[in-house]
Amino acid sequence: MSLDLDQVRRIASLARIRLKESELGQAQAELNGILGWIEQLQAVDTDGIEPMAGGGAVALRPRPDAVTDGGQAERVLANAPDRQGEYFGVPKVVE
Amino acid sequence: MSYTLEGRTGTWEIVCGLEVHAQVTSQSKLFSGAATAFGASPNSQVSFIDAGFPGMLPVINQECVAQAVRTGLGLNAEIHLWSRFDRKNYFYADLPQGYQISQFAHPIVGTGTVEITLADGSTKPIGITRLHLEQDAGKSLHDQHPQKSFIDLNRSGVALMEIVSEADIRSPEEAGAYLTKLRQILRYLGTCDGNMDEGSMRADVNVSVRRAGEPYRTRCEVKNVNSIRFVMQAVEAEARRQIEVWEEGGEVQQETRLFDTGRGVTRSMRSKEDAHDYRYFPDPDLPPLVLDAAWVESLKAALPELPDARRARYAAMGLSPYDAHVLTLEKETAAFFEAVAQGRDAKTVANWVTGDFFAALNRTGHDIGSSPVGAAGLAELLDLIADKTINGKIAKDVLALMFETGEGATAIVDARGLRQVVDTGAIEAAIEAVMAANAGKVAEYRSGKDKLFGFFVGQVMKAMQGKGNPALVNDVLKQKLG
Amino acid sequence: MHPTDFTLRGAIDALSEGIISSVELTSAHLDAIAKLNPRLNAYISVTGEQALAQARASDARRAEGTAGPLDGVPLAIKDLFCTAGTRTTAGSRILGNFTPPYESTVSANLLRDGAVFLGKANLDEFAMGSSNTTSAFGPVENPWSRRNDPETRLVPGGSSGGSAAAVAARLALGATATDTGGSIRQPAAFCGIAGIKPTYGRCSRFGIVAFASSLDQAGPVARTVEDCAILLRSMAGFDPKDSTSADVPVPDFGAACARGVKGLRIGVPKEYRLDGTPPEIAALWEQGLAWLRAQGAETVEISLPHTQYALPTYYIVAPAEASSNLARYDGVRFGLRVTEPGSDLKDLYERTRAEGFGAEVRRRILIGTYVLSAGYYDAYYLKAQKIRALIKRDFDEAFRTVDAIVTPATPSAAFGMDEKQDDPVKMYLNDVFTVTANLAGLPGLAVPAGLDGQGLPLGLQVIGRAFDEETVFAVGAAIEHAADFTALPALRAGI
Repeated sequence: MSLDLDQVRRIASLARIRLKESELGQAQAELNGILGWIEQLQAVDTDGIEPMAGGGAVALRPRPDAVTDGGQAERVLANAPDRQGEYFGVPKVVE
Repeated sequence: MSYTLEGRTGTWEIVCGLEVHAQVTSQSKLFSGAATAFGASPNSQVSFIDAGFPGMLPVINQECVAQAVRTGLGLNAEIHLWSRFDRKNYFYADLPQGYQISQFAHPIVGTGTVEITLADGSTKPIGITRLHLEQDAGKSLHDQHPQKSFIDLNRSGVALMEIVSEADIRSPEEAGAYLTKLRQILRYLGTCDGNMDEGSMRADVNVSVRRAGEPYRTRCEVKNVNSIRFVMQAVEAEARRQIEVWEEGGEVQQETRLFDTGRGVTRSMRSKEDAHDYRYFPDPDLPPLVLDAAWVESLKAALPELPDARRARYAAMGLSPYDAHVLTLEKETAAFFEAVAQGRDAKTVANWVTGDFFAALNRTGHDIGSSPVGAAGLAELLDLIADKTINGKIAKDVLALMFETGEGATAIVDARGLRQVVDTGAIEAAIEAVMAANAGKVAEYRSGKDKLFGFFVGQVMKAMQGKGNPALVNDVLKQKLG
Repeated sequence: MHPTDFTLRGAIDALSEGIISSVELTSAHLDAIAKLNPRLNAYISVTGEQALAQARASDARRAEGTAGPLDGVPLAIKDLFCTAGTRTTAGSRILGNFTPPYESTVSANLLRDGAVFLGKANLDEFAMGSSNTTSAFGPVENPWSRRNDPETRLVPGGSSGGSAAAVAARLALGATATDTGGSIRQPAAFCGIAGIKPTYGRCSRFGIVAFASSLDQAGPVARTVEDCAILLRSMAGFDPKDSTSADVPVPDFGAACARGVKGLRIGVPKEYRLDGTPPEIAALWEQGLAWLRAQGAETVEISLPHTQYALPTYYIVAPAEASSNLARYDGVRFGLRVTEPGSDLKDLYERTRAEGFGAEVRRRILIGTYVLSAGYYDAYYLKAQKIRALIKRDFDEAFRTVDAIVTPATPSAAFGMDEKQDDPVKMYLNDVFTVTANLAGLPGLAVPAGLDGQGLPLGLQVIGRAFDEETVFAVGAAIEHAADFTALPALRAGI
């Protein structure tokens, strides 16, 4: 499978990474290089194999339902690039 | 007869399924220890987990899992002892992690059923496809600044149950009845407060239309409708829109729409820039959720009585289907009824609760939680009727006074001398006075005008300021009038 | 002897015997950093004042008799660990001046045991790299150089290149590091030091900037196997804040180093004999096995048949998880934000992420986005997860008959800063021997075992059963003992 320029554009858009038109060609070549190398996996017989999703633990360990966090708006907002009073600011969103 | 819509070219049927997002009742969030209370100041109930800070990891809340299981049991659904959380990836200003933790491939609850009751008294089962746990997003405020949206993450990470129905709904009424019933069940279970004004329950409405006997046509999803009434309106508005599109030779495009409550129409969402590709995959921060069958059994054993069972029990107590329905709509009402009915005649109590008591609540703008007259107060009043201290007529006035003054029934009756008169001497005296003053009417009655009996009862009661024992008054009057 | 020449174990002994104070030890390291860091660039941030304050507090605790197991020991912290009040960069522009208000569990455990933090060690951006050339704060230089070509500056390996270079050059007694595909073991091998990636779940990931959650594990690098064992004992432990953290006791890893290898069965996977492996590496591997046999171990050939698929599998799983983990860097709540007048939200995201992430990170996010996207998930991500299961099964099978596996740590010695930069896949091949342990979640230790013809260090790798780091340490210490690795890098403190 090899990506065309439109696919590269769409992936970049999904990933929210701006690629200039002049960068698309190189990105396409690099991605196709990696994908071509990955392609060898298709040769492996994986019929009936359960996919391995995670690393270790077999089950979640639920925590008790108690309020142990929050109440720290100042700390939450302290690193914000555009703090608007008690809120984070972003360019206006139209729904 | 089934519900249909008439188009220009013929008759159409609605096909509808609902995805209801119900906020789980819990102290803290699904994956963090921040509080869930409504109405807190902006960003004050936010952990660094909820705000998607670097290196933060989710840890699941036991109670949220229990609430999902209880809800599944309440929906007669299958509980999956093995489920898993996936990430749903998309960018949005109020989605701090850049993904929502949800259950895509392996939900905690599988198929179930809800039985709805329609206005004509008929019932219909609506299938439940699944229920899964997921995180809520934060809130964007668009009206605080001319060029900016403001983000409040208090809701971010609050546990939601997404309850997906089968496409079994065929009319706005059924959609309304389904939501009403679902809300009732959740409130009985205590797993969601069902408070739609505060956003605790929201519905995505999937609607398509078809001609009788056809397979499904393309559906549209109307997002985030936040009241039962609006859901009913949205179903109809969207169905009518689609009928028009089809009838004009067009094709309905699968898309996400919004319901404009002001204009009563749906409109396409402007922000759907690129077709969504959520890139679901198992969340590597969260091993599978494995439930112990014995624990599920213990939750099942501790479930409260649900509306259907309670309604059946009330019917068996002799209540009318209507009273049984009304009294079980809200868990609080049913509890109130049962508290009053304890050791009293259920039918009489039901009449009082659904009649004068509800009327008084309405008149005074209270609900059962804030009512100035509690179950004990109403019981005291009903006991005064039962032991003939007052009659029913006077009791209505006493109830009004109880609401007005907050005083108890006995105190009001005593202070105002409202005890009914059972002294036959006094009753005879009053009757004789009325007969003397209405000699003509007495003659007419005696000549066969039976209907006048009511007139005499009224006059006697009036003369006794309503305090006469109605049965005694009747007996003595009959005697005296011959 | 210069204070920076202590091993970590030696420093602990010297501190407890009153031979040296933590302030003296810390000052000596800070002086060395001031002298050498401008050249090596091993530290992104040096927190000298804080380090001295911690050292003074440590000396006071020692005087009171309340010193912890690592009290007064100066360490470098990979700048992927969030440190409360100290800027944390992950080697990226996108974090801007992000200063976490919280401490990672691993660094908190070290502080609990009395450690002194000298500063934040350089790394490949978001730990993505094998050369430490992708850091937004400039490349790290390997303190070693080729005997016949001392002018060529070499990479320290990556992603924990700053940690490894700092320890090798004696700018710290030890350092925290993380390993997603080889990021502890490969730089340790390139810099002639030891490093262990413990079993997945052994160290909490809480507060570590995530790269690929199902593969990331924290571990130490230090100049000896025992030093690694001492550090790991402090770093490790169950943490309820990480749902993937293992609720198992932490044994005395240091004691395990002295166990010896008598009677152990050591697996030698035939699939690790790759075409094109330099003969020196093949020879060192043989030598290592001979050392172990000489100490009473038995070596047996084993097969790990899916080895060749491990790297491409890794390059699906890791970028996929990374593409999601790095979605939170969006210029809204912290870090860099890049906008133009009139930018809408999408434009803000796209500019911020294009300028905030470097080329390798962007590349991996794009690959990861693609392999998860609709229509390709089954062919790539699901397939990779199944092969991952097969790779784990290979190890499960092997560990039915052997107690540990020994392999080369890397397919080459450290290379020049300008080499292998043109082709991403060529760079990825650095992790060919290490990545399998990440995919299977197993502990892997790199131990320096010899020099190549250019005088550059080469390492061997010991892989063990899940949660059996003790055997790994025993085997590693046995190799270390036999190798008697005493060579020193050209650039180092104290000369």
